[in-house]
Amino acid sequence: MGATLAVARRELAGYFATPVAYVFIVIFLVLSGALTFTLGGFFARGQADLQPFFNFVPWLFLFLVPAITMRLWAEERRLGTIELLLTLPIAQWQAVLGKFLAAWAFCAIALALTFPLWITVNLLGDPDNGVILAGYAGCLLVAGAYLAVGAALSALTKNQVIAFVLAVAVCFVFAAAGSPVVTEFLSQRIPVLAEVARQLSVTERFGGFQRGVIALRDIVFFASFIGFWLFANAVAVDHRKAD
Amino acid sequence: MPALIEIERLTKRFGSFTAVDDVSFAVDRGEVVGFLGPNGAGKSTTMKMLAGFVTPSAGTARVCGHDVVDEPVAVKRCLGYLPEGAPTYPEMTVSGFLGFVARVRGYRGSEAEDRVARAMRLTSLEGVRLQPIETLSKGFKRRVGLAQTLLHDPPALVMDEPTDGLDPNQKHEVRELIRAMAPEKAIVISTHILEEVGAVCTRAVIIARGRVVVDATPRELEAPGKTLDEVFRELTLGSAREPALAATEAA
Repeated sequence: MGATLAVARRELAGYFATPVAYVFIVIFLVLSGALTFTLGGFFARGQADLQPFFNFVPWLFLFLVPAITMRLWAEERRLGTIELLLTLPIAQWQAVLGKFLAAWAFCAIALALTFPLWITVNLLGDPDNGVILAGYAGCLLVAGAYLAVGAALSALTKNQVIAFVLAVAVCFVFAAAGSPVVTEFLSQRIPVLAEVARQLSVTERFGGFQRGVIALRDIVFFASFIGFWLFANAVAVDHRKAD
Repeated sequence: MPALIEIERLTKRFGSFTAVDDVSFAVDRGEVVGFLGPNGAGKSTTMKMLAGFVTPSAGTARVCGHDVVDEPVAVKRCLGYLPEGAPTYPEMTVSGFLGFVARVRGYRGSEAEDRVARAMRLTSLEGVRLQPIETLSKGFKRRVGLAQTLLHDPPALVMDEPTDGLDPNQKHEVRELIRAMAPEKAIVISTHILEEVGAVCTRAVIIARGRVVVDATPRELEAPGKTLDEVFRELTLGSAREPALAATEAA
């Protein structure tokens, strides 16, 4: 565990050693704030809650999370440091987990910095803070799911642009799988798949958290989703490490 | 007691290309083996397999008695490995980077600090300890890689071109360092520089097209009144010239 945390710590410090962290956080805060107050109609709705904010977070993460993960392995490959990292006395899964935890902690920091929104609703009215907390937990799980996808795809290539585009595309599939467009299309043609698509949809699962419901099966879904992609990540690192 | 580094019929194929073909040799404590060969002969691939970075297609290797395929983490614990080009994380400071390596290697608190301080002293890095690695000159970067290799005072050392890109003074320093460590370690260094073999190595293993062509002391190699350069060219070009000639004749 010590080695995993050492990897995570180095990685997290790496974000803040370059402008990546600051650009990401600023863009995330500006976009989430702007969307919440304009398109989300934060004031016009006349309700003291963070629903307009939570509506946008999964879609913002869809583009921003792959920007964090694209460098995760691709950069190690480009610099050749992957050879250094994987010849230190750690198992491959420790390196994979360490990098994932660092990226996840970074997303948690970005989410935590949206606290002024939370203060605002509490000043303006009397929101259900339990629902808000569940919403934040859901955001963190969505971030974790996208991160796991992005990290695994980053391990496949040396090129960061390819890593980014692939990650956005695959995350989009899991984000859009539960949308009416997809489910209606599928239910007319292949009804069995419509239900599967809904079950696999990250945004559909997030909807529960957004309403304040933390269901065990949703947590199990996110845990196994992340677990699966981390496993894929370890396999990809193992097979492509020396290329 | 078995040798610290044992390579047994090690083979690596990439598709139909055989990069390392049935290579065997052993390195005992107190030996410095110079691993020589032209570019693409399979030196780096052999060393990567020793370090557990590339998985062998056939054969195996043992470091301190641990098998590289079955117990990779145990091998990595007792091996100091300098990858080709000495890669490091450019945005980290020298002491930050070495501290990271110390933590991954399981050292904590004052022991980690002592290890980092010792490694920096051995490689004369104290003066730049707080500088980001990307701002350092090539020679310093190479020394940061060396410091990482020596941090845990490993009984076995595998270094891929440790003096590549260094100026003559720095080369001299690195050779002195290797010589000083030699009595209690088993060391393999790869190099293109033949004078280096005479300067630091107790044995030379020459490989060409993935196969070991010579395993002898530097003195034995030079014995028949030829320079090391001539011997090297004969051994590594000798049979490679034939296909090339055949191709010209056919054309």
